[in-house]
Amino acid sequence: MRLNLRPAIAIVALLSLAACAKTSADNTADEGPVPFASTYTPRPTTPTLIRNATVFDGNGAELSNADVLMRDGHIVAVGQNLSAEGATVIDGTGKFVTPGIIDAHSHLGVYPSPSIDATSDGNELTSPNTAEVWAEHSVWPQDPGFLRAVAGGITTLHVLPGSGNLFGGRGVTLRPVLGATTVQEMKFPGAPQSLKMACGENPARVYGSRNSSPATGMGDVAGYRQAFANAARYAARMEAAENGQGEPPDRDLEMETLAGVINGDIILQWHCYRADEMANAIQVAHEFHFQIAAFHHAVEAYKITDMLREENICAAMWADWWGFKLEAYDGIRENIAFVDASGGCAIVHSDSEVGIQRLNQEAAKAMADGRRAGIEITRAQAWTWLSRNPARALRIDQETGTLEPGRRADVVIWSADPLSSYAVAERVFIDGAVMYERGAQRDPPSDFELGQTYSRGRAQ
Amino acid sequence: MRTLAALLLAAAIATPAAAETILINNGRVVTNGAGGVIENGDVLIVDGRIAMVGANIAAPRGARVIEANGNYVTPGAFAAMSEVGLSEISGSGAPNDADIEGELISAAADAGQAFNPNVTAIPVTRIEGVTRAAIAPSASSTIFDGRGALVSMSGEADSVFRTRAFMVVELGESGASRTGGSRAALWPAFEAALRDAREYPARYRSGQGGAVLNEIDAQALQPFARGQGFFLVHLESSADIRRLIRFKRANPSLRFVIHGGAEAWQVADELASSGIPVILDPLVNLPDHFERLSARLDNAALLNRAGVRFAIAPGPGSVDAHQARLVLQLAGNAVANGLPWDVAFAAVSRGPAEIFGVTNLGRLERNYLADVVIWDGDPLQVTSAPTAVFIEGVEQSLTSRQTQLRDRYNPRNRRR
Repeated sequence: MRLNLRPAIAIVALLSLAACAKTSADNTADEGPVPFASTYTPRPTTPTLIRNATVFDGNGAELSNADVLMRDGHIVAVGQNLSAEGATVIDGTGKFVTPGIIDAHSHLGVYPSPSIDATSDGNELTSPNTAEVWAEHSVWPQDPGFLRAVAGGITTLHVLPGSGNLFGGRGVTLRPVLGATTVQEMKFPGAPQSLKMACGENPARVYGSRNSSPATGMGDVAGYRQAFANAARYAARMEAAENGQGEPPDRDLEMETLAGVINGDIILQWHCYRADEMANAIQVAHEFHFQIAAFHHAVEAYKITDMLREENICAAMWADWWGFKLEAYDGIRENIAFVDASGGCAIVHSDSEVGIQRLNQEAAKAMADGRRAGIEITRAQAWTWLSRNPARALRIDQETGTLEPGRRADVVIWSADPLSSYAVAERVFIDGAVMYERGAQRDPPSDFELGQTYSRGRAQ
Repeated sequence: MRTLAALLLAAAIATPAAAETILINNGRVVTNGAGGVIENGDVLIVDGRIAMVGANIAAPRGARVIEANGNYVTPGAFAAMSEVGLSEISGSGAPNDADIEGELISAAADAGQAFNPNVTAIPVTRIEGVTRAAIAPSASSTIFDGRGALVSMSGEADSVFRTRAFMVVELGESGASRTGGSRAALWPAFEAALRDAREYPARYRSGQGGAVLNEIDAQALQPFARGQGFFLVHLESSADIRRLIRFKRANPSLRFVIHGGAEAWQVADELASSGIPVILDPLVNLPDHFERLSARLDNAALLNRAGVRFAIAPGPGSVDAHQARLVLQLAGNAVANGLPWDVAFAAVSRGPAEIFGVTNLGRLERNYLADVVIWDGDPLQVTSAPTAVFIEGVEQSLTSRQTQLRDRYNPRNRRR
């Protein structure tokens, strides 16, 4: 079914974003079409009206007894007493409606289930700089984790390479399209790629143990700076050649990624735990004139909230992970709330195939702990950490992340207040079409799980 | 009241200095016992123990009265599996007493001898309402990980309240990987180890030695091989569980508790009749290992329906030194997937106590140790937190290294 139906709206969406899909970093104008372009096609939709629910709009507002109208894959209106002729009406009484959750940090597909040698596909640990690799080329669309993520209300996820290298490679923004057979079918149309960089203990451990650089924090920073110095020269020669001055340099995939960061076509997602290391990373960004979209994990973000706000850098955080290594030792449960309270861009992320299934609970913890520390946080404000803010960090906030009219209809209907332990996602819409309905799954969408005892014994 | 007076008199004679007489007034008291949940209930603590639970208990003279204002009052949570107290920082090359590499010692490893009541994770755990934990070492190359201990989160020098409480053995995928990669070698190795232990010390004194165990490990294993303690078995698949049930039938004196059991729901009735309890993780629903292909979120609910005894804790591979506090979230998620609330709460309090054979913890009933928590909401809700924590009747500080960091950096406290 997914292969045959290509509604008009999909084509419109693809066309409207075509300009962004090709970036100058790809540098392939004379070499054919943009490689690995998204072939994502929204599923067919009917106009849908959810009536009389409690709605978090993703922008910090909560509406009681509100209706949400979706048509042609987009949000049409949120308000009271909406009507729509011919729309499928869903009674939302007692239920909660939110924008779909966006996980800015996932390794689904690149570290899929089952976890065996053959599927350990997320860290190209062959050189501290592997900016040339793309996570999407390791994504296994059959990862059973995608189903579990959607069942937890995920409608968009950013899949990153691991953090063993200084430059891990390019990350990709995906839709959890159940039943997809290629990663291209999952790619969020027009979403920019990212570069995954890593601070701290991981690269120094991996390469230090091989008696090569980086072995230390100072080796980490030297590695970043040398690579960006080289990339700046590459970008300058490329630009000069485009202006008719000299020959372009030989195409270098690693340089292409780093030049894309300098040009702003590729967004930077930087794994960094400690406050002092984030400050060093910001200095590198200043030196080479690029923007950091988000620090990931950012366990000590609460120590530098003003700096993050002034630099316009989001912090993608766990609610309460700590202590598993030295750079995570100062983790506190109020990290997310403190970043938010200081006017920063706070994001709840998972970095986990288990955590991605209940990011709403992680936001709930952060909200409650923030309140106990004297920070006023509404439920709807807490929801911005799950949808609007990650959309910003992924530069897809003009597409999704809120229920503003015109946005993609990425919507979750929850059985109860989702900032609690007991709520479950009952229906998950992506581009206005039901991607998941609780209890309606019969066969597992992943080919891997087909015929296993999982499907034989499943109650749902 | 006469009984109470006598009790108080006895208490006055024998009481250590710290133990107060405390009346917790007007709570939603979860007794975990025959009393069920008592609305507007009171709990009287004398000499570190529960003296009385009920409605309208009069405060004895000199008692400190704490108003619960209708909030939940529960037994302290019991983390049925953790590495708390075995490291300050688990990675980064920092010392970690939970991890044992090499084969010098296997069954003889003894977590109780490694436990450090001064680690900062203990207050972090305690202030979230967890007052007890079972801890165990984790080996990397032998099928026996060693002996676990039961510990209090009081941070006091005498926190270890039972050593050598159980023997951890790997009888699933990880066990197979330690016996040449195959279960075909794992079970003979396990049986040979049991024989070595039963025949200790004779075969070692005769110079024959063990078939698979050295003398020290055989000695440590002996009581468990004789049924004097139980094996905590790491396995997940229904095929492995059936193997264990058959083995138990052939060796009825041996005692087993399964830790893991992701596919236990597939053999729930057989498990129920075997009497083997399961410590399970309600978040395990991915086929992340081949032994967990049929993992599902309602495992706990299905086992409960079948009458299997179980407790809730992180599964093998997820047990750590820092997040024992999350057992309550695990239980809440079991509720979200069909487990009744009272069963879920018991699975992180009374259930672990019963599985580990601790008869004076896990309930708010007379003579039970007064591990009591007052909450600001439903304890299985992620948004709730304790407002007071008592361990054996002693009110605990709600400060941790994390709350100190919080207070140092709280934007509300900043003067600008």
